[in-house]
Amino acid sequence: MSKKVSVWSDNRFWQRSAAWVTGFAAMLLIWLTFDTMGQIAMGTDEDLTQGVTKRVPGPTVINYKITYEMSDKRGHEVPVIGEKENFFGRDDYSDEEARALLNLGKLGVQAKNCMNCHTLLGNGAYYAPDLTKAWLDPMWDGYIARLGKDSKEEAIAEFLQNPSENPSHERMMPNLGITETEAKGIVAFLKHMSSIDTNGFPRNFGKIQGAIHGK
Amino acid sequence: MASNFAYESKKLGVMYFAVAVALLGAQILFGLVAGIQFVYPSFLFEVLDFNVARMVHINALVVWLLYAMIGSVYYLLPDETGIDTVGIGLGKLGFYILTAAVTVVVLVYILIQTGPANHTTLWLIQEGREYIEAPRWADIGIVVVVLVFLSNVYLTAMKGERTGILTVLMADLLALAGLYLAGMFYTENISIDQYWWWWVIHLWVEATWEVFVAAIIGWALIKTIGANRQIVEMWLWIEVAMLFGSGILGIGHHYFWIGTPEYWWEIGALFSALEPVPLVAMFVHVMYDWGKEAGIKKGAGEKPMMNNTPAFMWFVGSAFGNFIGAGVWGFFHTLPQMNIYTHGSQFTAAHGHLAFFGAFAMAMIAMFYMAVQGSSGKKDLKMTFNTKMGFILLCLGVVGMAVALTIAGYGQVMVERAQMGATWEGYFVSQYSHWFKQAMGWRLAMGVVTLVGFLYIVYDLLTINKAKINTEQGE
Repeated sequence: MSKKVSVWSDNRFWQRSAAWVTGFAAMLLIWLTFDTMGQIAMGTDEDLTQGVTKRVPGPTVINYKITYEMSDKRGHEVPVIGEKENFFGRDDYSDEEARALLNLGKLGVQAKNCMNCHTLLGNGAYYAPDLTKAWLDPMWDGYIARLGKDSKEEAIAEFLQNPSENPSHERMMPNLGITETEAKGIVAFLKHMSSIDTNGFPRNFGKIQGAIHGK
Repeated sequence: MASNFAYESKKLGVMYFAVAVALLGAQILFGLVAGIQFVYPSFLFEVLDFNVARMVHINALVVWLLYAMIGSVYYLLPDETGIDTVGIGLGKLGFYILTAAVTVVVLVYILIQTGPANHTTLWLIQEGREYIEAPRWADIGIVVVVLVFLSNVYLTAMKGERTGILTVLMADLLALAGLYLAGMFYTENISIDQYWWWWVIHLWVEATWEVFVAAIIGWALIKTIGANRQIVEMWLWIEVAMLFGSGILGIGHHYFWIGTPEYWWEIGALFSALEPVPLVAMFVHVMYDWGKEAGIKKGAGEKPMMNNTPAFMWFVGSAFGNFIGAGVWGFFHTLPQMNIYTHGSQFTAAHGHLAFFGAFAMAMIAMFYMAVQGSSGKKDLKMTFNTKMGFILLCLGVVGMAVALTIAGYGQVMVERAQMGATWEGYFVSQYSHWFKQAMGWRLAMGVVTLVGFLYIVYDLLTINKAKINTEQGE
């Protein structure tokens, strides 16, 4: 080996430094992963009945009204789980029933490749609107009337089954062969996703009517 | 392509490169389809919808880069170890299996597209998770082929000489392969889903892939300009420390808004703000070594060594493009204060195009030129008119797309996010604003420029050895 002049030009020193830095960063990531996994594990039905706030609530959150409100304490909007609310005519889904619906919806969202047009929690493609708070979107009010439905969930389910017959804009959602059962699952998935605490993303959702298109 | 290779490993490397070039072509074509759909939404509607075009576009990207990376390792392995790759027969079998699997996966994407909401769809058609849509059967196939590749690298390095560059590659490839496993499970919890999904995507492109190109560029400096190995390897270790030191915890910038706790704001902001530092260092190192080696030779009254100008141009371009695309365009929107508005907008697409091109595509195109030189056995490869046209048009096309998408992203963020509050209606008001539409037109035009640049490069790779400038000099 060449004569060592200084530690700063010694390959062994830098090799060891690289190993230590990488090891330290990896250990810190793994430690934080354990903490995060605990915090984003799905809550239970009991949490909901007792009003315990979870970052990712349990599947039975579909039995409740969800809103997205400014929290003065946290300085941004947070999902608020309110009173009982009907979902496809019922507000008493058991944990198993709700979980099965949510699971079907998640499988549907993956099987229909939603993420390569839409974003979910802001991740995906940018050809169609973000779905993070899609359950709360004011656009559905118009669709309830347009599709002649009694509730938001029924309007969404109908839209999902026949999207290109009920477009909102020139850029349409294609028909993906979503069945009635699958649509119900996907609506449950969307409602559940809107209850996830996303640290205030998206900001100002549905609160501001733009000045240029002021209505 | 005439083959003058003394090692079977180099031939296998070239086989991987050939498929990589074909997949790059597919990436550009399907990108154009998606680009056209932004401007003319009825184009191929309910035939080849945006989600399918875009899935093939980004999967072709990931797979061609992986092909080029595996090819690069097989190509440089004999140079580093001094021997031919140990399990070359198994390596070739792996190549054919992988290529057959990729073909089937792409055909299923295009012809079957989606399936019913059950696990069979995820196992046989696609998984609906951006970048790693490959169905589960293909995941398992990929793992098997990668295990063959890894064992080849390890066994060859153990039998032959193990250099510093090879040591870095061995550790890096093990991490790269292992991380793929984090993307191979199903959960109904979307937050947990995306948490592990980023372990694959982020820890690939912003950690292990970056270290990979740093090692490749180090090897190339030794090969093309005769840089001093000891200094190259010292820099490489410093690079590894900085890239992993910032990149591993930089994953926090993906954990701002997916349901994960607030402490990721600080961790993600701090470490991802540090991510450009090693990229600056990489560029400085390349330029420094170039000047230093030339200076030493000139001082001794000799001609500076430079035996492959096309490859070297692409390597220098990559070192700079990595800094601009990944470093600057990434830093634009990495802080949570900014990211709450830009997350999931065309800003992300702008950064994605420029970073993948600058950091990885340019370095891998450089490797194609290294292989072209090797296949002819020429001591010296000089660039032709077509080399320059390919470089200029491809750079212009991709930078043009990135600038157009940045402008589109700016309009989108101001109108949809800041003004309208990110609703369905807000989204479309931004998408139909004049500035956004104009930018999407420019993006499409620049996509066509990219395609023309790609055609120049393919033509040049096939003909550069026979070009006048490279035949006059003799062997």
